[in-house]
Amino acid sequence: MAKRSIEPMLWMLFSTGGVVAALLIPSLVFLFGLAFPLRWLSPPDHEHLFTVLRHPLTRVALFLVCTSSLFHSAHRLRYTLYDGLQIKHLNELVNLFCYGGVVVGSVIAALLLWRVA
Amino acid sequence: MSERPVYTEYHPRWYRPRTSTYWWLKRWSYLAFILRELSSIFIAWFVIYVLLLVRAVSHGDGSYQRFLAWSGKPVVLLLNLVTLGFVLFHAITWFNLAPQAMVVHALGKRVPGRWLTAANYLAWAVASALVVWLVLGG
Repeated sequence: MAKRSIEPMLWMLFSTGGVVAALLIPSLVFLFGLAFPLRWLSPPDHEHLFTVLRHPLTRVALFLVCTSSLFHSAHRLRYTLYDGLQIKHLNELVNLFCYGGVVVGSVIAALLLWRVA
Repeated sequence: MSERPVYTEYHPRWYRPRTSTYWWLKRWSYLAFILRELSSIFIAWFVIYVLLLVRAVSHGDGSYQRFLAWSGKPVVLLLNLVTLGFVLFHAITWFNLAPQAMVVHALGKRVPGRWLTAANYLAWAVASALVVWLVLGG
């Protein structure tokens, strides 16, 4: 065991994402996924939402929400495929798909949030 | 992680009963575990949804209104309803698990698990209130 495993670090990122997702996603899904489309609440006008979104802190926070939740999701999916469906012969492919997805998603998030102006 | 079968000469094969692919249907606790695992897919969907919203808002009022109209389609609504269910399941099980995942000491004593759970729920309430306040116009 000369080489140190990076597994503990992956699990730490996983749990960071888990906390962020648990704290922030339910209210956001409730508002933008159900309450506004169903008009339980009247959706905020564009000007207000744009002002909130343009604030650097909002964009940094949203970026962290996206990347950490995506990582959490990918790591969990990796183990779902491993334990749940017992796909063990495709480990390399599964890892590439899961963590590659995080990288691609994070780059897209960064570009989209950077361009809000 | 990777299980490579080691070939031993003249050695009988180990008896290893094969686990069914559907082992998680046998007990509620197993099923709950798999359901929680499935929440990962819906969290990924949420990230996509939020990024679509960000894109729409940054492209102006017209595209924002189109996003709102699209989000009212039955398929999208249903997907978001299921997503809310899974995300709530994730959040509740996550917070309830917190005392088992971390041991906190204060004043030389271990902080009771219930307090940790309560602190997590409090943080959840504060974070949600902040989101609502920001979105609805504070």
